[in-house]
Amino acid sequence: MSRLLPYPLLVISLIITWLLLAGFSFGQLLLGSIIALIAAWTLAALRPAKPRIKRWDLLPKLFAIVFYDIVRSNIAVASIILHGGKRIGKSNFMTIPLDLRDPTGLACLAIIITSTPGTIWVDYNSARSVLTLHIFDLVDEAAWLNLIKNRYEYLLREIFE
Amino acid sequence: MNQATNLPEWAALLIAVFLIIGAGLTLIGSFGLYRLRSFYDRIHAPTLGTSWGTAGIVIASIIYFSAIEAQLVLHQLLIGAFVTVTTPVTFILLSRAALYRDRAKNSPEVPPLDLPDNTPAPIPQNEQTVHHDDTSAGKP
Repeated sequence: MSRLLPYPLLVISLIITWLLLAGFSFGQLLLGSIIALIAAWTLAALRPAKPRIKRWDLLPKLFAIVFYDIVRSNIAVASIILHGGKRIGKSNFMTIPLDLRDPTGLACLAIIITSTPGTIWVDYNSARSVLTLHIFDLVDEAAWLNLIKNRYEYLLREIFE
Repeated sequence: MNQATNLPEWAALLIAVFLIIGAGLTLIGSFGLYRLRSFYDRIHAPTLGTSWGTAGIVIASIIYFSAIEAQLVLHQLLIGAFVTVTTPVTFILLSRAALYRDRAKNSPEVPPLDLPDNTPAPIPQNEQTVHHDDTSAGKP
């Protein structure tokens, strides 16, 4: 089974991508599936790490939280720029010790943090599991620590670990 | 664009709203990139364009083509997905490069390099003192 279908998630997302681009029909489904399978077998030769999602049910919750936070921080960062860069706090670095170890989870956290305006993932020390962030409007460091640890990292650990 | 005249009013209104949100945020982001002072401030501004800037334009495009073709057109979602997944790579690469350069220059504004405990200490005595000065100079 795993030899025939080494990366089921990849195969499914490639088929969905193919159908979105080519339009849905039975012929396209067949062609898309064949191409997705060949791509998955090719990728298997490189043996990348296989992500394991343990809690599918938490994914919509994560998406909803991230969506809401991106909307909120878009408004916050846009208003700071429109006010000529004046803000309550100041932009600064902060470090956060992480408990998340799973590489896929860390990749997701990097995407979440970087896609959200106002925070940028700057550095990650894998030996110490310390993340360095740059925050555009840093007022309360404890609030940001709480946000990253309890809002994102907790969910990602539940999903991936 | 002649088909645009056949659009129902509610669709035209929704498309306009999302286009203005998307294009406006992208414009504000580009303006911030131009106006803000430090590199680390500037890197925050374009994320407006890559998050809701893209999302607004993608949503407007989905509504427009779905209304014109009278069926759900969703392939624009792929643009959103790929922009979201690929832009962090560039941003992280740029910010790490900036941090590396600033650390090499002993800039007091960036956090010093935090070496892991198991890093072998530099053996020559004079180099070790130089290295020690490096890390303490980086602290604010």
